[in-house]
Amino acid sequence: MRRAFPALIAAVLAIACMPARAQPLVADLSQHLVAITAGFTGADIVMFGATDGPGDVVVVVTGPPKPTIVRRKGRLGGIWVNRESMLFADAPTFYGVASSKPIDEILSPQQLDRHQVGVNHIRLLPPNPEARRDDIPEFREALVRARQRDGLFAVEPGKVTFLGERLFRARVVLPAKVATGSYRVQVLLVRDSQVVTVQTTPLLVSKIGFSADVFDFAHHQAAAYGLIAILIAAAAGWTAAAAFRRI
Amino acid sequence: MHVYLPIAELSVNWFTLLVVGGGVGFLSGLFGVGGGFLMTPLLIFLGVPAPVAVGTGAAQILASSVSGVLAHWRRQNVDVQMGIALTLGGFAGSALGIWIFTLLRQAGQVDLVIRLCFVFFLGGVGGLMLIESARSWFRQASAGVRKRKLREHHWLHGLPLKLRFRRSKLYISALLPFTVGFAIGILTAIMGVGGGFILVPAMIYLLGMPTQMVVGTSLFQTLFVAANVTILQSVTNQTVDVMLALLLIVGGVVGAQLGTRFGARLRGEQLRTLLALLVLGVGLKLAFDLVTTPDDFYSLAPEGQ
Repeated sequence: MRRAFPALIAAVLAIACMPARAQPLVADLSQHLVAITAGFTGADIVMFGATDGPGDVVVVVTGPPKPTIVRRKGRLGGIWVNRESMLFADAPTFYGVASSKPIDEILSPQQLDRHQVGVNHIRLLPPNPEARRDDIPEFREALVRARQRDGLFAVEPGKVTFLGERLFRARVVLPAKVATGSYRVQVLLVRDSQVVTVQTTPLLVSKIGFSADVFDFAHHQAAAYGLIAILIAAAAGWTAAAAFRRI
Repeated sequence: MHVYLPIAELSVNWFTLLVVGGGVGFLSGLFGVGGGFLMTPLLIFLGVPAPVAVGTGAAQILASSVSGVLAHWRRQNVDVQMGIALTLGGFAGSALGIWIFTLLRQAGQVDLVIRLCFVFFLGGVGGLMLIESARSWFRQASAGVRKRKLREHHWLHGLPLKLRFRRSKLYISALLPFTVGFAIGILTAIMGVGGGFILVPAMIYLLGMPTQMVVGTSLFQTLFVAANVTILQSVTNQTVDVMLALLLIVGGVVGAQLGTRFGARLRGEQLRTLLALLVLGVGLKLAFDLVTTPDDFYSLAPEGQ
């Protein structure tokens, strides 16, 4: 990833030096594929870009959505038991945000909602309208809180740093337990509280190499995988018994 | 130092896993129990998703029971007949248990039931063992020996399908070990443990088996039930992580050997008192968690779990 920096900077500089009438915003990622290998401990996603003039930049990274159930505990006969629950159909599995200024200074709450900027503005609703009770906000907050605890939702927005007036750089950290799938990276250019333009870039997080092979094998040939797991376990047990008998 | 677990989908320090495996292995070697009742909660505590902890735990239990059975086999401490009767019951029981598990998971109460089972059985078994060992300390102190009749004759002996279990020197109905195996099988599927800590007392007190036969035979039954659960979990839930299992096994087998050696230096009553305290301690901790106000009243789960 670090090796890609000089090339990227050169590319961005080239773009920045061009007559900038064509596009108000140009940006690209340091990598479009995050490979989860056996030694994966998380990754830094670096975004470089240039604007055609002054303005604020917001970068939003959204992970693949997954239906998620939030359950609330209540006291029943002295012990804590799961009581009410709510299903969120499209809860993102990751949400990171970075901006050049605090987001509520750049955009109005309506704009934040529309573009889903900031953890409190992610669109999270139960799938069917009749299930929409008035306690949605509490369940919503609980979902955000739980994801933040896992490091999957941004607690504090990161920084978009401007290098000069038009070049910018942003960094979003993917923790080790990120979900695989296709992520969406959006770059918003904001002027006078209005979103001038949005650029969307895909980012793929995928298992590569040994872990990917194991995962595929476990899912596509489950019975064979189970048998091999048994053989490995039994062989390990037998080896241990044999090895320690000699000592 | 980190290794990515392909099925659990998270990255963990492999040294931590070796230590966890070794620690649980040490205790299981020391006390002659599988240690699943410690392993599953520890893995969940490390951040491994509960279904993966349960599925992978089965593979790890399989490895340690193979190693244990071989050791007991050489000493001729395995009653194969009894083991087969227990195993057949165990298969039937675990099929029912997996069905109950699915229902509970859909209702969102599987966590609670697992915890309640642990509290009830760990508390019960630990308490009984503690009383028993307290009595034996007491009996030693006052030399007045009043020996309990080993095998009393009651209605259980009137059941049909009587079989002669040579190794155990028992002539009882095959339905008896089958039922014990069946009950343990249900618990194995729901709680994700080998069930040794329940099976061992059940074999001593309910079946009246000689103590030296009990551990080997219980491991023999555990071997097959764990293999069955490993296959079932692989096929239905894809929750067996071989990478995680291997690291736990490597730590576990070394720990178990050290534990066995260390255990040989301790007296039987001392061992039983320590195991009772350990079992009771884990049970009390879980009970405490159930009644104290949680940090967050809300919890997340992927749909369908």
